[in-house]
Amino acid sequence: MSTYLLCFILFCVGLYCILRKRNIVKIIIGLGIIEYSVNMFLVLIGYRMQGRAPILAKDQAINNMVDPLTQAMVLTTIVIGLALMVLVVSIAIRIYEKYGTFDITKIRRLRG
Amino acid sequence: MEIHLILLFMIFAGIVAVEVKDLISSLIALSAAGLALSLGFLVLKAPSLAITQLVVEILCVIILIRATINKDLPMVKDGRWFFNTVATVLFIGCFLVFSYFALKELPAFGQPLMRVSGEYLAGGFTQTGVANLVSAITLNFRSYDALAEAAIIFASIIGVLAITRRIGKTNEQ
Amino acid sequence: MNSNSKGMTLIVKTVTRLTVGLILIYGIYIVFQGHIGPGGGFAGGVIIALSFIHLMLAFGKEAVLKKIDQEKYFLFASLGALALLMTLSFGFMRRHQPVSSSGDFGLFSGGLIPLSDIASAVMMASGLFVIFLALTLRTKREKK
Repeated sequence: MSTYLLCFILFCVGLYCILRKRNIVKIIIGLGIIEYSVNMFLVLIGYRMQGRAPILAKDQAINNMVDPLTQAMVLTTIVIGLALMVLVVSIAIRIYEKYGTFDITKIRRLRG
Repeated sequence: MEIHLILLFMIFAGIVAVEVKDLISSLIALSAAGLALSLGFLVLKAPSLAITQLVVEILCVIILIRATINKDLPMVKDGRWFFNTVATVLFIGCFLVFSYFALKELPAFGQPLMRVSGEYLAGGFTQTGVANLVSAITLNFRSYDALAEAAIIFASIIGVLAITRRIGKTNEQ
Repeated sequence: MNSNSKGMTLIVKTVTRLTVGLILIYGIYIVFQGHIGPGGGFAGGVIIALSFIHLMLAFGKEAVLKKIDQEKYFLFASLGALALLMTLSFGFMRRHQPVSSSGDFGLFSGGLIPLSDIASAVMMASGLFVIFLALTLRTKREKK
């Protein structure tokens, strides 16, 4: 149970970074931290004590494997996180070219 | 107990990445957290995820540094606004309350619910002929996941191309 | 790193010439054994894209864009996505009946799943390289 609590603390660190910082690059870093904590949480749910990796071998009967369904879902989540990161970075570069700053409060002031 | 050490290291690296003023140091701390996550996947018996996370982390750091290193960045200044502080406390408190309710419903660590995946484990190899069960689930049992994932990657490519191409045209004129 | 001398210094170029082939072979290995071991199409595709990025960062953009330009990389990404769609929808029709259901843990076991791996690897490699080209070439144009 304590591992779940540590994952929640990591999520709170990312949430604090997103809500409190004013630099866009810092906000992207906060998104990355939240993604890490969610991935780790999903894999922790599927872990079985003294389990084995879900890969079969030739002359070997394994009967205590960890949950492969959550691992497949996290495999999807990692790649979607990469797509999200790339899109946010390109939008950040566009904002920098338009306004000349990474500070979100100054962007709001320029817009009026 | 290795997983506790890895999680504590990730929290420490995350706090460093949030609080350091220099942006390049912050990106390096973020990549340290990502590599620790890859190590944690390896401890939790998920080697496919460990490889994917390691590689994706390296690509993310290259793109982030490449995108931000050319600008002469000003130092990050902390905002001290009243509304922002209230919103931060409110969101974190809301999250902690809901996580307290969710924590009572979760299965204990080490005893997962194998209601759906027990079937995959039992008949996965005879039905697909694939030894790596994560590949079997991603590409055969739940193929819509892989299809939607490809659609999202493609939408992201088109989005990046659209954003950058418009800048190019306005710059040339 | 000025714009006239293409790429980085001589040391970086020599080391790149030695290592980029190994990285490419490792990526192809990860793709092809994704159904009998850890790995898969997405991780292997990202490794192949990283080898291209390595080459481009060391030698400048002419080393990569001389034969194939950006539109052709995007065409490869589209073809990979179409191949992934075709293999997966063919898998919907013949569900639970792999084409060669030998199940002997060999390289050619598993029916359609290795083909889906290869298609997704092509899509990921060329798509991510297109994204990297779009971001970096735009940055250089802004510096001019």
